[in-house]
Amino acid sequence: MTIKTRAGYEGVAVAVPVTVPYARYSIRSTHWFIARALAELLKDSGLRKSEIDGVCVSGFLLFPDTAVGLMQHLGVSPRWLDHIPMGGASGVVALRRAARAVQSGDAEIVACLAGDTNHVDSFRHTIASFSQFARDAVYPYGSGGPNASFAFLTDYFMRMTGARREDFGKLCVAQRANALSFPHALFKKPLSLAEYMDARPIAEPLHLFDCVMPCAGGEGFLVMADARARALKLRYTRILGTIERHNAFPDDPIQMRGGWVLDRDSLYAQAGVGPKDMDFVQVYDDYPVIIAMQLEDLGLCAKGEVVRFIRDNTFTLNGSLPLNTSGGQLSVGQAGAAGGYLGLVEALRQLTGTALGALVPDARHGLVSGFGMINYDRGLCSGATVLARGDR
Amino acid sequence: MTQPISRPKRKNPVMRTRQSVLPPWTRSRVALGMTAAAAEGRFELQVCTTCGAAQYPPREACHRCLSDALPWREQAGGGELISQTLLRHSHDIFFRERVPWRLGMVKLDCGPTVVVHLHGDVPAPPIRVRVGARLDKAGMAVLVGFPDKDVPNMADDRQLREMTCDPKFRKVLVTDGKTAVGQALVRSLAAAGADLIWVGHAEPWKRFPGLVELGQLPQVTLVPLDVTDARSVKEIAGEIGAKVDILVNNVEFHRAHGIASRYGTDVARVEMDVNYLGLLRLAQEFGPVMRSRGADGQSSAVAWVNMLSIFAIANFPAHGTFSASKAAAYSLSQCLRAEMHASGLRVINVFPGPVEDEWNQLLPPPKLAPEALAKAVVGALRDGVEDVYPGDVAQEWLARFRQSPKVLERELAAG
Repeated sequence: MTIKTRAGYEGVAVAVPVTVPYARYSIRSTHWFIARALAELLKDSGLRKSEIDGVCVSGFLLFPDTAVGLMQHLGVSPRWLDHIPMGGASGVVALRRAARAVQSGDAEIVACLAGDTNHVDSFRHTIASFSQFARDAVYPYGSGGPNASFAFLTDYFMRMTGARREDFGKLCVAQRANALSFPHALFKKPLSLAEYMDARPIAEPLHLFDCVMPCAGGEGFLVMADARARALKLRYTRILGTIERHNAFPDDPIQMRGGWVLDRDSLYAQAGVGPKDMDFVQVYDDYPVIIAMQLEDLGLCAKGEVVRFIRDNTFTLNGSLPLNTSGGQLSVGQAGAAGGYLGLVEALRQLTGTALGALVPDARHGLVSGFGMINYDRGLCSGATVLARGDR
Repeated sequence: MTQPISRPKRKNPVMRTRQSVLPPWTRSRVALGMTAAAAEGRFELQVCTTCGAAQYPPREACHRCLSDALPWREQAGGGELISQTLLRHSHDIFFRERVPWRLGMVKLDCGPTVVVHLHGDVPAPPIRVRVGARLDKAGMAVLVGFPDKDVPNMADDRQLREMTCDPKFRKVLVTDGKTAVGQALVRSLAAAGADLIWVGHAEPWKRFPGLVELGQLPQVTLVPLDVTDARSVKEIAGEIGAKVDILVNNVEFHRAHGIASRYGTDVARVEMDVNYLGLLRLAQEFGPVMRSRGADGQSSAVAWVNMLSIFAIANFPAHGTFSASKAAAYSLSQCLRAEMHASGLRVINVFPGPVEDEWNQLLPPPKLAPEALAKAVVGALRDGVEDVYPGDVAQEWLARFRQSPKVLERELAAG
């Protein structure tokens, strides 16, 4: 058998976006958040727990449990189980895995679940033992966590592209405007560019509003055959294309691009639509420099053009190129691995007309991008998917 | 340019004393290879024997060719600073107490990009830098980005001073001032800017050559100290213990005997009493108070120096009982190092080859001049290294020992 082109995702439906409300701190465990997400999926779909025969799980703080232990904890007996420890790329990667499982018949209904808790002191422990490389070669250097790592990337990016703090500020301010109608966003007050500029420095050049806020929360969705979704009377979206890549460009001395650059042609070729056809974009946004990088790497603007592109667009729900329409992690909060689901779940809502906040009018196509796991000096996982309304 | 530090004011007892806390010190076993080199003052990276690729962070397999032959090799450290940040917030208590803290990313000429503590005199990127390895307060190797060329007052950099034991403006106890080595140590420490040097002498009624002149140096105060007398050690520790930032234990009893050449145990007993139990008495009296001052401001307690001998790592039969006493002291120093760890206080072991003194008269050259030994000790304090092997003989023994301890034993037995 020779395979030259990647098989498409025909016949697969993605449905039932759910969110377990976010909290800055919680005394619950990660298990609780994932359990709530599963319960929500069952409630909203009308399915019984026994009908879930595939499960995909992401959660940083599941330890000492794994996905397997969690199945006993939740009393689920799937015939297909996957654990996706890919941080911000977890949502897209879970979608890819689950879609193939459904297409191949290995599972009929896959519950994709992500969640994490955030105790008062848990984030420190998470970053101190994030990876072997982080423990050996990053954390002993000031213990700044991701703030420090992204400060390096931002410092370099600004010097290479001419981006100014105001440009990153524009993205953060636009996302905050989007967040104001989204009920789960932890940041509920408007943010002005002046407030952004005046914020206290955290890891220069990063200031307070550049940095995502760790929190607790959960997200989930279901993947099944479209016929099944119709039988269940569920609104759903289709997958037009998806990609993933890990440890791209290892010889770049510092990260200025991610794996999307290698795979985006394949993504749009599979999808049959291009970046200009997107009605909204949900990109991973723990820090604004990563938003800028994705805008370039996903072909929304040419390489080297991102500064002008930022200045030329509004990124708001009612403006040009709605970006992170629920506010993104920068305004909703970063609920551990659920941060990798936030944009995808929001895209599902926008494309099924069930947005909890403002709706992008008549959205037909959406782009979702994930980015995960700063292992040493750069984010290693990249993924993206083009989704379309189910009735297309 | 780094502002030179100034002599600290007298401590105000009402003000908060910063307590000892360490920077994060968990490392994978493979990463400790970098610490082993940095403990001796070298910057080493794993370099693949098969394909030549340098690796960082440390790995279990070559990132290019998957070979597991990754010996540690010394690096020149040249590279370009490509990015920097000034940390204002940290998740770790040690750094929270010390922000702002400057960090950089350096693309090394040998390949990898490394995260470094960035010296304050390095200009903004892009700029050439030199990367070196230092032991941090936790005794673990970290990389530091230095200016490409030396600049004045470099050692006074606030971040760097957290990793070194520079004698500048520090108070030092040298436990024995009667020997040539002791006197050279005192002069070198004074020249290095030590604020105050207490110099011990066990028998104040004896007039040793040079001691009176030494006592006339403005920094020096002679104090009676007999390390074989628990009460003497306790008294002097009670008097000055809370002020000593660096303790140099150079008291030594040295006779040239093996087992058969000196019947009985009286000489060996004195060797043990001075060289081993002396260290133990000092450690029990000065250890706890010095440990409590591991983070006490710009001139905190920082180092404990043990003058051992290269004979500590392998017995030299012609000085067999002396070797044994130094081996015992070496072993005890490792215990002291472990017990001092939590305070960030560095235990520095010095393993000189034979020194040019009366008890080594019959040994052939090369022998170590007391001044050279003193210079090596001050250098170790300035660079914050942990194990020093000064002189050609010590270096050669060390190389032979590391190649094969058993071969060295046979060679030494043959005389």
